[in-house]
Amino acid sequence: MNKMDVITSFLHAIVVYNIPLLYGTVGEITVEKSGSLNLGVEGIMAVGAIFGYLCGCYANSLGVGILVAFLTGALCGLLFAVLTVSLQANQNITGLTLTTFGLGLYFFVGNGVKASPKGFPTMSNFENIQSGFSDRPIPLLSKIPVIGEGLFSHNLLVYLGIAIAILMWWYLRHTSVGLRLRAVGENPAAADSVGINVKLMKYLHICAGCGIMGIGGYYMALNMSGSFNSSCWINGYGWIAVALVIFANWSPALAILGTFVFGFFNTLRVSGGSLALAFPNVLGWLAKIPTQMYQALPFIITAIVLVVTSIRNKRGSSGLPAALGLNYYREDR
Amino acid sequence: MAENYAIELQGITKSFGKTVANNNVNLAVREGEILALLGENGSGKTTLMNMLAGIYKPDSGRILVGGKEVQIHSPEDSKRLGIGMVHQHFKLVDVFSAADNIWMGKDKAGLPLRRRRYDEIEEIAARFGFSIDPRKRVYNMSVSEKQTLEIIKVLYYGAKTIILDEPTAVLTVQEIEKLFDVLRRMKAEGHSIIIITHKLNEVMDISDRVAILRKGEYITTVNTPETTEQALTEWMVGRKVDLNIDRPHMETTRPLLEVRDLTIRNDEGAVAIDKVNFYIRGGEILGVAGIAGCGQKELCEAIAGLRPIESGQMVHKGDNIVGLSPKAILAKGISMSFIPEDRLGMGLAPSLSITDNMLLKKYREAKGPFVDRRAGRADAEEVIESLGVVTPSTETPVRRLSGGNVQKVLLGREIKAGPNVIVTAYPVRGLDIHSSYAIYDILNKQKLDGVGILFVGEDLDVMLALCDKIMVLCHGKVMGVVHAHKTSKEELGLMMTGALDLSEKYADKPAGIAKDSLLEPESAEEVRRESSTN
Repeated sequence: MNKMDVITSFLHAIVVYNIPLLYGTVGEITVEKSGSLNLGVEGIMAVGAIFGYLCGCYANSLGVGILVAFLTGALCGLLFAVLTVSLQANQNITGLTLTTFGLGLYFFVGNGVKASPKGFPTMSNFENIQSGFSDRPIPLLSKIPVIGEGLFSHNLLVYLGIAIAILMWWYLRHTSVGLRLRAVGENPAAADSVGINVKLMKYLHICAGCGIMGIGGYYMALNMSGSFNSSCWINGYGWIAVALVIFANWSPALAILGTFVFGFFNTLRVSGGSLALAFPNVLGWLAKIPTQMYQALPFIITAIVLVVTSIRNKRGSSGLPAALGLNYYREDR
Repeated sequence: MAENYAIELQGITKSFGKTVANNNVNLAVREGEILALLGENGSGKTTLMNMLAGIYKPDSGRILVGGKEVQIHSPEDSKRLGIGMVHQHFKLVDVFSAADNIWMGKDKAGLPLRRRRYDEIEEIAARFGFSIDPRKRVYNMSVSEKQTLEIIKVLYYGAKTIILDEPTAVLTVQEIEKLFDVLRRMKAEGHSIIIITHKLNEVMDISDRVAILRKGEYITTVNTPETTEQALTEWMVGRKVDLNIDRPHMETTRPLLEVRDLTIRNDEGAVAIDKVNFYIRGGEILGVAGIAGCGQKELCEAIAGLRPIESGQMVHKGDNIVGLSPKAILAKGISMSFIPEDRLGMGLAPSLSITDNMLLKKYREAKGPFVDRRAGRADAEEVIESLGVVTPSTETPVRRLSGGNVQKVLLGREIKAGPNVIVTAYPVRGLDIHSSYAIYDILNKQKLDGVGILFVGEDLDVMLALCDKIMVLCHGKVMGVVHAHKTSKEELGLMMTGALDLSEKYADKPAGIAKDSLLEPESAEEVRRESSTN
């Protein structure tokens, strides 16, 4: 392989394999900005993945897949909202329960379909999905040597994910509704006292955020070509997304950066060997690092980032919603 | 009816579980008047007002706004009816700018947030007669700035009736004056104002009429000019109350705690306490007066071992206590209780019961790995009994008690340990007359037992009556230590602002250094010889 091609495919892989993290992170940021800590990302992504994939295949339409993934994710969010906002259940426990529930539902449905006479649908049989998930180069940008193919030639869901992240950044920071949402997450009593409908804001954003996570799950399914086996498609990405929220300091724009930083190390694990082969003099040492080291790297980076952010964390610079994880009840004394 | 009432409450009842917070309360505020709502802690003033603000819903009774019966289900309804409340614990988003705190509740704000909002808020604030920096974040604001912002906020939302819940509890004398000017101006513009307070002089100063609540019951409403502080107190408490504070005279001992050339830095690294000298003898109360934020907090924390000092000496009965752990300082019998401005984070764990809070300080005494809950409960019962804490049981979480009772529990626990030096800051902050006097009594009793007390206070009248000596701080420097019976409020006021410095008044005796100091026996000897020859 040409040396430049190795770099191109390395860049391409960083984006392609890690966009689900962006969906998960942006979804969780949306939820957390309303003051709710949802630890069910892993489960919600699994639910979005299995239902999105199956319905998308049966309808032979990528759009239906995305829609169903969003809606099933949002339904999980609705469950979370009913439990924590209306019934005041503990958010941590509810979130963990959702993870267990989501993974259970994923295997229940998946195995059920697999055991049915028609069997589990194979992605290559569905032209529309297959072609819908294929790369669409951006004119001009994708013609840039080396990085063009790597960064500007991707499938629709990559563009959608980045668009959602940018839109969410604008929404949170530059709109009045976003301001109200942040008020709810910071101090629900203050928001309530000026007439903001705290419950409605929480319900809407929990559902929307969980829907976004669901699309991330669907992406994972497509990226795995829908091969259903004993390990879940999501494979811990939901948990990394929860950590990425902190890494991104609750900013959807920084989440894009965070996704690619994490993605870089993630991809190094897979492509480190070919990089070492292509540049033996400069990167030869990559091949000598044991794979376990690569697997640990994203988490080591997380730990370092957490330490660094907490050291330089001045008041007001943190995006952490002050009321995160606390249920709000107006008449509480 | 010839009179126009802005708001009328008729027969309002509200209970929380078995506790009746308001029982058949009637209240009316006229258009363009200032109505003071007076009552002790826990008499249901805030609950009643929260029903107007839409936080609580009454169990029964009618609310009339402008003569029409209304239902208030939420703060939104309340806002729409032109009622605005400035809560005691401000309802502001700390990380937002002043403008955003107002903007977030604006109807029809449009989708995009524009820079223009800063100018708009500034303009409107100016129209109401306030000057604010719309970009300033709330966490950078002083208490009085936050309060101003809250007032602008309710005015911006078009409030005709404004409720202020204990607005003066955390303000300095000058800030209170400024607030009252604002209230008078709003009244002149036709707003109706309900102000909750339990400072009688303020009631007499600002209000047109006074409504009194006692234990959730409505007592009466009177015209302010036709009443007296004594009469109001009797209505409020339900019996005759002596408004004098005792200052029993005690034979004082040699200095218990001596502080020499103490310098402390605050959290930002600036000098908070600058070369301060003072001492406390057993059997005396030394008051510390000063404008808020002139080093009182840092001083208390340093004595308790919670804050490292920059330089200087702190000596307890001749032993150095600089650098000791808080635990070791406690073991020497120095106790500290600090009531912060928000009155919440104050040395008690709010969600734990009274018993558990007692145990927090003495669990180490237990043998073996288990806590002795029975002893803790006995302590709790004793404190409840001796200080008259009003609580359903010893197992009630502290946060469910009213402010006065929380403060009694805190002081009670500190006294229980049998200290010989008590450092107490703002122990009556936000308390009603009844509870305040209970606290003064507790302190006086300790003084009679020979305990040395450092009393950091706000109310100069109280300090003049209660303390034996008063040390005045200004920007971390001692402006002098004066005898309470030889000074005046005016003199203290001048010292607090730094206009009068009495620290060099007596050449032979520098302020804050005891003649019989245990710190430097030789130099103390010299001082004594010199003074005898003079």
